[in-house]
This record gives sequence, C-alpha cells and structure tokens, in this order.
Amino acid sequence: MLCTNVVKLIASLMSCLQNYLMKNFSLIIIICVLFATSCESHHLHKIEGKQITITDSLSTNQDIEKVIAPYRKRINESLDSVISYSKRTYSKTDGLFNTAIGNMMADAVFEEANPIFKSRTGHPIDMVLLNHGGIRAIISEGPITARTAYNVMPFENSVVVIEMKGHKVLELVDYLVTERRAHPIKNLQIILNTDGSLISATINNNPIDKTETYYVATNDYLYNGGDRMTFFKPNDSLYVLHYKIRNVLIDYFTKHDTIAPVIDNRFIEIEY
Amino acid sequence: MNRRSFIKQTAAASSLITIGGLGLSSFTTSMKKITVLHTNDVHSHIDPFGPDDGRNPNKGGVARRATLIENIRKDNPNTLLLDAGDIFQGTPYFNYYGGELEFKLMSLMKYDVATIGNHDFDNGLDGLYAQLPHAKFDFVSANYDFSNTVMDSHVKPYKIIIKDGIKIGIFGLGIQLKGLVDQSLYKETVYLDPVERAQDMSRILKENEKCDLIICLSHLGFKYDIIPDKVSDVKLAEQTKNIDLIIGGHTHTFMDKPTVVKNAVNENVLINQVGCYGINIGKIDFYFDSKKNKSAEGVAISV
Repeated sequence: MLCTNVVKLIASLMSCLQNYLMKNFSLIIIICVLFATSCESHHLHKIEGKQITITDSLSTNQDIEKVIAPYRKRINESLDSVISYSKRTYSKTDGLFNTAIGNMMADAVFEEANPIFKSRTGHPIDMVLLNHGGIRAIISEGPITARTAYNVMPFENSVVVIEMKGHKVLELVDYLVTERRAHPIKNLQIILNTDGSLISATINNNPIDKTETYYVATNDYLYNGGDRMTFFKPNDSLYVLHYKIRNVLIDYFTKHDTIAPVIDNRFIEIEY
Repeated sequence: MNRRSFIKQTAAASSLITIGGLGLSSFTTSMKKITVLHTNDVHSHIDPFGPDDGRNPNKGGVARRATLIENIRKDNPNTLLLDAGDIFQGTPYFNYYGGELEFKLMSLMKYDVATIGNHDFDNGLDGLYAQLPHAKFDFVSANYDFSNTVMDSHVKPYKIIIKDGIKIGIFGLGIQLKGLVDQSLYKETVYLDPVERAQDMSRILKENEKCDLIICLSHLGFKYDIIPDKVSDVKLAEQTKNIDLIIGGHTHTFMDKPTVVKNAVNENVLINQVGCYGINIGKIDFYFDSKKNKSAEGVAISV
C-alpha cells in the first residue's frame, strides 16, 4: 500500500518536473536505497534442505582443538589411572540366573550404600535389585580404571532405597521367577525347581513376611518402572541417596585392590 | 534543505531511476539467501567417535564441525547456527566439567540460539545456571516457565535475528519434564502446553514482529507412533501455522532428508532433525526475493 502511494506521488511529480537536471548524485542514491527498502517485502520462494555428515575428511579446527586439549588431558589422566585389578574377564552373558559381574555390582551397591543409608535412617538395607540390561560392558582381566566404571555404567542412574511391605517384595520375586534372567541381587536368595517354579525366596536366610517392612535398594531407573519393574510402587517411602551407581563402582574398585567375583547360589534352578 | 528543493531532487531521482533503467524491480527482486545450520542431542560428544566404534566410526567431533561451519559461513555470511537441546550428558566431559566445555565450544563456533532439552537439567537448574557464563548464545523456550527458578530472565520465549534485512524469529519448545526428569532437578519449572504456546509465538512473530522467517527449536521429539496422542514435531506442525521450519530433537531421529508436513492452513512446514552426538549437521537454505505478489506463488522446497 505504502509502495503504491509512493509510486503514484513520484509519478505525478515526474510529470511536472521531467526536464529537471539533477545535480546531487549522492542524494539520489540515498533516496533510491530508501525507496527500495521501504517497498521491499521479502518473499520466501525456495527452500533447500540437506544433512551433512561430519567425517574425518573435514580438517580439525586447531583453535577448537587447543581449547579441548587440556580438558581431555585431565579426564584421561583421571579415567586411566589404575584403581583396582580384575582377576578374570567378566561378562553378563556368563551365567544363567546369576553372573559374577552382576553379583559384584549388587555387592558393591550394598557395601557402599548400606553405611550411608544406615547412618541417615537407622535402618540397614535388606536387599539389592539391579537389572541385567544395566550392565553395559564387560570388565576385562587386568587393570581397572575409572573408565571401566564409565563403560560398565555410562548412565547417570543413582541409588534409591524403597521402604516396602513383604507382599510387594513377593511381587518382586514373582517378577524374577517369571523373567528367568540374571538380574543382579544381593541378600535375596531365590531357588527354582527343575520346572522353573519357586521353591524358596529368602532375605538374609529368612522367609519373606507379607506384613514385614523391607528396605530394598535399587536405582532410580528401575524404581520408575524401567524393565517393567512395576512392583516398587506404591510403597511406604522412598529414600534418594544422590549416589550414582557409577560412583558406587569407582568407590568399590578403589577399596578393593583385586576384583574376583564368582557365580554363586543366590539365584539358581535345581538340577537333577 | 527546503521543501521545494527536496521535491525537485526527489523527482529528479525518480526520473533517473525510470529513465536510466535502474527500475524499481532491479532493486527489489534482489535475491537473498539465509542459511540455517543446526544440531541436536549432541550429548557432550566433543571428540569424534574412534575408528573402532561399532556404529559411527570416525564420525562427529566438534573440531571438525567447526571447520564445516567456518566453510559454510565463508560461502554465506548470512548463516544462523542453532541447537535443539540435550547439549549435556553422554561423555565424561559432562561428568567432569558440568557442561562448561560444551558451552565454551558452542560459543567459539558462534552458535546463535539454543533451546533446552531434558538432559540439560541433569545437574539441576543450579547446574545449568552455573554454566550460563560460558554460553555466549541465547536460550529460548516458550513453554518452560522459569519464573520461580534461578533461570528466570535467562531464557526468553523467542529471539529475533536480522540477517541481510531478513527478520528471523526463533522460538523454543521443551518436552514435558514430569516422569522424565526428577523433580528435584527441574524444581518449579512449569511446563506449558507446547501447541498453545507455538500458536501464540507464531502469531506474535508473524503479526506483531513481522518476521520474514519463523523457526521453532523443539525438543519435543519427531513423532511417537506407539503413543499417538503425545505431542511431537509432526503434531505441532499440523496444528499450527506460519512456522517455516521446525528443528527437532530428543528422539535422536536420523532422517535421510528433512520432512515436509502440511500445517493447519495446508501450507508446507519443514521438519528436520539430525540424529544425535554431532554426527550430522542440518543445513537449510532459504531463498528470498522481493516480489510484491506474495500469495501468487508457493514455496519450492527441494530436499
């Protein structure tokens, strides 16, 4: 609209002053620019979209690299310093109902988190449950570093302790019996018959009492229903320890100069 | 200058334009090109993947991305660089330094605007706030209300950037935090309906701010086939208007090419997301001319 009016105005002025000899070029140019700008309506007429993969054919920007280098150096020094030693190579695929690496992780959570929980609440942790899928890497024979803990547990999951009644713990047991998977446990023992049915489930060698209160340590991922573990809710109370599983492992490795976990009888199926 | 001489000179100017062949059209049909580069879900992947990586050997890496961005900027100085969130979490760089290096490097690469992903809350609001001095770029979120948190006034609903006379409005959208992020981390951040906020933002940017280009930086996720009611970039595109480009994140979706979706008034919206970990960068070029009859022709999209 504005443009049309300006054009009309100028056209009428032009008819009056067509023979005028201009003398000031700079002013003319300014007016031209103003004129163009005021009338311009940007019209999007074409879009081209694509994705470009960052590959090693691109050179490394040295200014960026120089900024990263000291950060990387400190991480590498810290992650690669030896904090323990692994007697063998441990994988979560070695073992049917319990694995050496899984047992070590459940043991580590109990050993590191129990004193903290006890000092805060006055109660001991009764049992630990983690998930088999949460073991993200093997532990290789030889030196263990903090990087080992990052590889085994790259996620930020933290220890939580749930105060729950025995009947909810029995749901937990049912889950494990049905899953037939080496989810890491500690202080809970499950014995299955040859047909896979439950023979006994005990916590610290005692049968599980439906009305008794138990303090079960797990991680926040599982507490929130990860791996279909729906039995943690509802519960009587939740205690968040703000203690990452990865840091549990680093602390555990630092305390134990050699790691030599074994497959044991905490979760077994009887063979005849 | 008195009025008379002004009129004379104006007239002279217009004569010159007409007679001299410097017609109006030669000024106003000048082509302008805006390049939008974008990343999402980089997740602290500063170093490239190693040669033995099972999935992405020798891909990614900030120092290589910087080279690519520099080359593209040489080609077109009118380039924007945006990130759709989840800058944090995924490598020890984050665990050791809390995001400091991520923000520093993004600032060196001259990122313009980013939005906030759920993992950017991983060290809590205080953890995010503590790293803000390292970020020389702006954060936008139109549906996280940070009023009762330390992030108040550090995140704006939208940002306007003018490049080569083209006015670009960029607003941000974040995913529902409840059930995804521990409340102790996001505290009193209030999640607002992203579709409603997008409708508000696109109206403000189009009608009040008169933007030539409207971009949504979204961390909602591309689409959810198994949860059809869950808001996603595709749903957002279908229920809004005036948005030209949705840059997505969260679902780590690797697309062969940007997706085109029809919006609420049957116009095309481009949605792009580049997977994760800085493996890819998205590049969208917008070409503008100044023809007055805007509605007469549509936008040609080549992807």
